[in-house]
Amino acid sequence: MCENRGRRQSAARDFAELAPVLDKYGHVPGSLITILQKTQDIYGYLSMEAIEHIAVKTGIAAAKIYGVATFYTQFRMKPIGKNLIMLCQGTACHVNGSAALGEAIGEFLGVRDGETTEDGLFTVNNVACLGCCSLAPVMMIKSAGGEETFGNLTKEKATEILKEIREKEREVRA
Amino acid sequence: MKVVVGQGSCGVATGAGKTSAEFERLIKEYRLDVEVGKTGCVGNCYLEPVVDVYGDAGVLAARYVKVQPEKVHEIVEKHLKNEKIATDMTISDEDRQFLEKQRRIVLRNTGLINPENIDEYIAKGGYKAVEKALKEMGPDGVIEEIKISGLRGRGGAGFPTWFKWNAAKGNKGKNKYMVCNADEGDPGAFMDRSVLEGDPHSLIEGMTVGGYAMGATEGVIYVRAEYPLAIHRLEIAMKQARERGFLGENLFETGYSFDLRIKAGAGAFVCGEETALIASLEGERGMPRLKPPFPAEKGFWQQPTNINNVETFANVPWIIVNGGAAFSAMGADRSRGTKVFALAGKIKKGGLVEVPMGLTLREIIYGIGDGIRDGKAFKAVQMGGPSGGCIPASLIDTPVDYENVTKTGAIMGSGGMIVMDETTCMVDMARYFLDFTRRESCGKCNYCRIGTKRMLEILERITKGEGEDGDIEKLEDLAVRIKDGSMCGLGQTAPNPVLTTIRYFRNEYEDHIYRKKCTAHSCRALLTFTITDDCRSCTLCARRCPVNAIAGERGSKYVISQDRCIKCGKCEESCNFGAIVRD
Repeated sequence: MCENRGRRQSAARDFAELAPVLDKYGHVPGSLITILQKTQDIYGYLSMEAIEHIAVKTGIAAAKIYGVATFYTQFRMKPIGKNLIMLCQGTACHVNGSAALGEAIGEFLGVRDGETTEDGLFTVNNVACLGCCSLAPVMMIKSAGGEETFGNLTKEKATEILKEIREKEREVRA
Repeated sequence: MKVVVGQGSCGVATGAGKTSAEFERLIKEYRLDVEVGKTGCVGNCYLEPVVDVYGDAGVLAARYVKVQPEKVHEIVEKHLKNEKIATDMTISDEDRQFLEKQRRIVLRNTGLINPENIDEYIAKGGYKAVEKALKEMGPDGVIEEIKISGLRGRGGAGFPTWFKWNAAKGNKGKNKYMVCNADEGDPGAFMDRSVLEGDPHSLIEGMTVGGYAMGATEGVIYVRAEYPLAIHRLEIAMKQARERGFLGENLFETGYSFDLRIKAGAGAFVCGEETALIASLEGERGMPRLKPPFPAEKGFWQQPTNINNVETFANVPWIIVNGGAAFSAMGADRSRGTKVFALAGKIKKGGLVEVPMGLTLREIIYGIGDGIRDGKAFKAVQMGGPSGGCIPASLIDTPVDYENVTKTGAIMGSGGMIVMDETTCMVDMARYFLDFTRRESCGKCNYCRIGTKRMLEILERITKGEGEDGDIEKLEDLAVRIKDGSMCGLGQTAPNPVLTTIRYFRNEYEDHIYRKKCTAHSCRALLTFTITDDCRSCTLCARRCPVNAIAGERGSKYVISQDRCIKCGKCEESCNFGAIVRD
C-alpha cells in the first residue's frame, strides 16, 4: 500500500484548488460524495488523476472512490463542454415528446447523449427529472453563468436557443 | 403597494426573473413607491409567470397571469401609476377555481410568502408549533397529537408517522438523527421541490418538532443536486432560523438543542429506500441492506434514525398548532388529511394541487385540471412513478386514497399524476419505466438487476414490431419473480407499470405483437406514413426525406416507397398541408 501511495503522489498535477476541500472534508467520515461533488464543481469532471489524488489524501482506496463515483448519475468521468444541456426525460416530458426533442438537439449539434461537440461548446446529457413537469418538455442549461431552465419546448424553440448561445460564444471568441 | 413575482423553478423557467427585473427597472424609472418581492410556486404552473399586486393594507388587489417581461410596462402604467387594474391580464374566474377547489395545508404558505424572509413565515404563525411542542407538549404529547391526526408518510409507502417517531424515541443511542428525504427521485413529481423552494421554514420547523419528539441530536436534509434553487433557499432559511434561535443550542430555553445540515444527493433513485439513503449519507454507494434492524434501531452511523419525506414534515407544524383532530377531520377512511399532487402530462391546467384525500380522480383531473388538452380523449393516469401503474379511464371514479389506489395496481406514491391521452402508447410507457428502473437498479439482487433488463428487452422488441407469441406471458412470469426475488422496494415494485398496463391495456400489447400495429400511432417502427389527396406536389417532403423514399411528379400526388421509408417522420413535419398521415 505504502509504495503505491508514494507512486501516486508523484502524479503530475498538484490539484492546488482541491486542497481547501480536502482540508475541510478529507477526514470527516461520510464526506466522500461531498468531496467528489466539489471536485467536479472545480474541474468539471472526475479524472482518474483526481480520484487517485483524493485516495492519497483521504486514505480511501481509489477503487472504492471509483465505485462510488460510477454509482451516482451526477458524476462524470469525462470533461464537458462550456454549456451542459440537461435534457429532461421525466415522465411528463416523455409523454410530451422529449425523445423526439432529444433527437432534434442531437442532430443539430451532431452529438449523442453524453457526448460533447467538437468545438467544446455543448455537452448533451439526458437526465431523469428536473421537476418542472407542468412545463414539459424541459431542458436546463448549465454554464459558468449559472443554470437556466427552458420549458414548453418545441424542436424549433430548442434549436433556436442553442443557436443563440453558439452565436454569442463565437462573438466572444472573435 | 407591493408587487410579488412567483419565482419557483417553474416561474423562473418561464421568465419570472426577467419579469421581476423589469418591474424593478420601471419602478425606479418612474420613481414609484412600490416594493418588489418574490414568492414560491403559486401552483398554477400553466399561468406562469404569476404576479400579485398588494395594496397598502397588504390586501391582494390583483393577480396577473402570464406576465412576460414585455407586459410589465402595461401593469406599471395602469395599476402602479394610476391605480387602475389592468383587467385584460388578471386571472380569470375559471382559473381562480383551480386554487379555490383546493385545501392547502402543506402548501399553506407557498406562493404567498417570500421564502427568503423568515419574518414573513413568522407573520403567518411560523415557529409557533415548535414553541408549543417544546414548552407545552413534551415528546409524548407531540407523538400523541400526530397519532390523533392519522398522518401517514407522504413519500409513497404511507407508513404511520407517529409509529416511526415513537420507535425511534424508544431506542437508545449516543446520537440520534432526524433525516429528511428530499431526493424526490420520481420522474414526474415536483411537490417537494415546490415546498423547498416556496416554504423552506415549514420543513425546518417540522423536522425540529419531530426531532424533539424522538430525541434527535441532529438533522440532515438529503436533497437532490438537480434542485439548486431549493438548496439555495434552504441554506438561507437555515441561517435565518439559527440567527433567531429556532435552530441551535437550547431552543426556547428548554435545554433542547437541534441543528440541521444539508447533504446534496448525487442522483440515484434507489436512495428513496431508507437504508440506501443512509448508505449514501455515509458516503457509500447507495445500496439497500436487509431489514431488520430498522433505521429506528440502527440507522445513520448505526444510531437510531428516523426518515420522513418533505411533505410529511410540512404537515407537522399545522397539526401541532391546529390539533390532530382538525387534520383528521379531512380525508377518507384510513387516509387522513390532504395530499399534494403534481398534475402534468396531457392535462389542460397542470400544476400543484392539494386536496383532501378521498376525492376521485375525475374530480382532480376534470374538476381542477380541466380535462385533456387539444380535445383529445383521456386514456389513463399514471400514479406512483416507476413503482406505480397506469389507471385506465374506466376507473376514473376511484377515490384517491392509499387503499383504493393500491387496489388498482398503482400506488399513491409521492404524488406524481401524469395524465395520458389517446396518443400515448401504453406499451411504450411500460418500456419507458422499465428502462428507468433497469438503469436505477443498484444491482444487489439478481432478479432486479437481470430481470428488469430481460423485461426491457422484451418490451423493446414489442415496440419495434418484433414481438412474439408468448411475450406477454413471459413478462408476467418475470414480473412475479422480480417482485419475489428483490430485497427492497425498487425491485418489488419495478414490474408494476408492466403489470398494470397488461391488466388494463392487454389489447394494445396484442395489437403490437400480432397485428404489428400501435393504435396510439406512437411506436415509430410500426407506423406507416402515407400521402393523401391533399398533396399539392410542392416537393418539400421529397427534399426533406433523408433516404429519398418519396417521389412523384408536379401536378400529381407524391408517393412514399414503404420499402425505403425509415419512418423518421420528417415528411410529416415538413408538410404544410397536412397531407401526410400516420397509421
